[in-house]
Amino acid sequence: MNYQLIAPEILLAFTASLLLGFGVSKTKNRAPLIRNIAIGLLLLYAVLGFVMGSQTGVAFKGAIIADGFSHYVKFFLGVAGAGALLLSKNYLESENLDMFEFSILLMYAVLGMGIMVSSNNLLALYIGVEMQSLALYVMAAFNRDSLRASEAGLKYFVLGAISSGLLLYGISMLYGFTGSMNFGPIADSIAANGATSGVIAGMVFILCGLAFKISAAPFHMWTPDVYEGAPTPVTAFFAGAPKFAAIALIARLLIGPFGGIEDQWQQVIVVLAVLSMVVGAVGALQQTNIKRLMAYSSIANMGFALVPLAAGGEAGIRGMLIYMSIYVITVIGVFACILQMRIRDGMVEQVSDLAGLSNNNRALALILSVFMFSLMGIPPLLGFFGKWFAFAPAFTQGFIWLGIFALVMSVIAAFYYLRIVKVMWFDEAEIEFVKAPQSLRAISSLSVILLFVLILPFTAIPAQSWIAQAAASLF
Amino acid sequence: MLTVIAFYLLAGVAVLAAFMVVASRNPVHSVMFLITAFFSAAGLFVLMGAEFLALLLVMVYVGAVAVLFLFVVMMLDVDFVEMKQGFLQYLPIGAVVALVLFVEMVLVGAAYFAGSDDRQPVIDSEKSNLEQIGEVLYTDYAFFFEAAGLVLLVAMIGAIVLTHRTREGVRKQDAMKQMARTRDEAVELVDVAPGEGIGA
Repeated sequence: MNYQLIAPEILLAFTASLLLGFGVSKTKNRAPLIRNIAIGLLLLYAVLGFVMGSQTGVAFKGAIIADGFSHYVKFFLGVAGAGALLLSKNYLESENLDMFEFSILLMYAVLGMGIMVSSNNLLALYIGVEMQSLALYVMAAFNRDSLRASEAGLKYFVLGAISSGLLLYGISMLYGFTGSMNFGPIADSIAANGATSGVIAGMVFILCGLAFKISAAPFHMWTPDVYEGAPTPVTAFFAGAPKFAAIALIARLLIGPFGGIEDQWQQVIVVLAVLSMVVGAVGALQQTNIKRLMAYSSIANMGFALVPLAAGGEAGIRGMLIYMSIYVITVIGVFACILQMRIRDGMVEQVSDLAGLSNNNRALALILSVFMFSLMGIPPLLGFFGKWFAFAPAFTQGFIWLGIFALVMSVIAAFYYLRIVKVMWFDEAEIEFVKAPQSLRAISSLSVILLFVLILPFTAIPAQSWIAQAAASLF
Repeated sequence: MLTVIAFYLLAGVAVLAAFMVVASRNPVHSVMFLITAFFSAAGLFVLMGAEFLALLLVMVYVGAVAVLFLFVVMMLDVDFVEMKQGFLQYLPIGAVVALVLFVEMVLVGAAYFAGSDDRQPVIDSEKSNLEQIGEVLYTDYAFFFEAAGLVLLVAMIGAIVLTHRTREGVRKQDAMKQMARTRDEAVELVDVAPGEGIGA
């Protein structure tokens, strides 16, 4: 068997366990050192698949698959994890939470997500989902002395357990009716026997369980509370990487084992997409807390990312990949900005706290405005191209009404992004901001550069073909 | 003949112990009877040739779950006498649940005995099921085994992170510190004049 296929996972599993031993072996605080090592390892994890020559194939008797798709998604998972760790430095130090376990848990979460996107077997799928969820529950409640964080952790845990139950129930149905755990034989069995009611029931349960993980409506209820309660760097991580992993897993399931019953899953995905867009766009209008607002924004964005999946086909997968990649980068940038702002009694949490930011910190206001415009999808920015590639498959593949609906919803969603911009530039300041820590500023300017620079590759040929290759590897 | 005797003995003990779990007044005794019931059930599994299930029952239920119950019963100050007040008011709902379970079991049994002959034997080789599971667990399922181990590790880290508190002012023995002590910093040589002591 070719162990190089799962080299990234082996790397993370071994080093995370080693770092754990390194962390507990001394009473001295080694959190900063371990965090820096973990950042390096996560970046290495992100590129390892490519460095080793983008090998493809299945390992462990079909349990794990490595292909262009998994390499591509893992790149963003590793980068998002490293970004979240970088962001967490100042926050954890100022909140007196700087424990080395944070970095370890984040590494295990990324490992679980990696297993999710490379899973080629229902058991591997479940183990990956559980590994990342367990790590994320703990990270949500990491500030255990805070009532809100504990509540967030508990809520996330209970609802996550329900979603695991749904997932397992669906898996058992699918296993019972197709007789196999591996995706390949499941697809063969479905092709041979057609869409039996047991297979459809199993598919719906599995999709519902995974919809919890991407917080698609109607499985979104936990999102605002968890985002609000969790420490802000953790929220930054929640909003990006786990969603990308889960939606990539959904894409793999839809194209792989369920490829033969497209007419069945299309309805489910369309309903999830429409409901998420409505809930995300309308729910955010009344929010005053930035983290809650970003929670609803992520629900809406998941709806947008589901639109190309519903349209299906290679163009659909490509649209989803482009949209999610841009979304993950943008979300890290937005939270880097939010984490830069401190008012005297702690972090900025309310939208009204941003009033007068343009006078206090013009650069930051400018950067945050760029991110907001990008999220809205204003043409010269990257967000526009995300929406372009996401909605185009819907128009070309006979889901014109869904494409128009998505456009209308993104106009409604533009309202609350614009409100943040308005508060920053036109409202009078009420409170003083504390000077921002420097390293964070570097990150967010970096991501702005990234945002501008990436316009080129995503529209130019090389990156397009890279993504197209990743999308094609699923078929 | 011996298996028949063993079956009736184990089954009888299991039913009796299960009854005593609900009937006994002392919750600690209840848990003890629960463990007895688990053991008897494990014995029944062995008689059926499912020795792996039997071992699992002993290890998981007796070893972990029952001991956990015992911990809860013994460490939490729950007034069980008070909890048993108005016990009988739950009799109707309990009776309904019992009736439903009874009907279901009768149906399963009836369907089993009236069933067709297409039931497949669980074991179709000479090996015991312990050997069979052992053969695939570390080969075909090695990845799942290792990954599940990591999931448990994450759960353990999580439990420790969320509950462990480093308390200030706790006196701990530090062997390294003790050994690093030298004579100079530990002993002071005092020249005591006769009849005066060192009190002053």
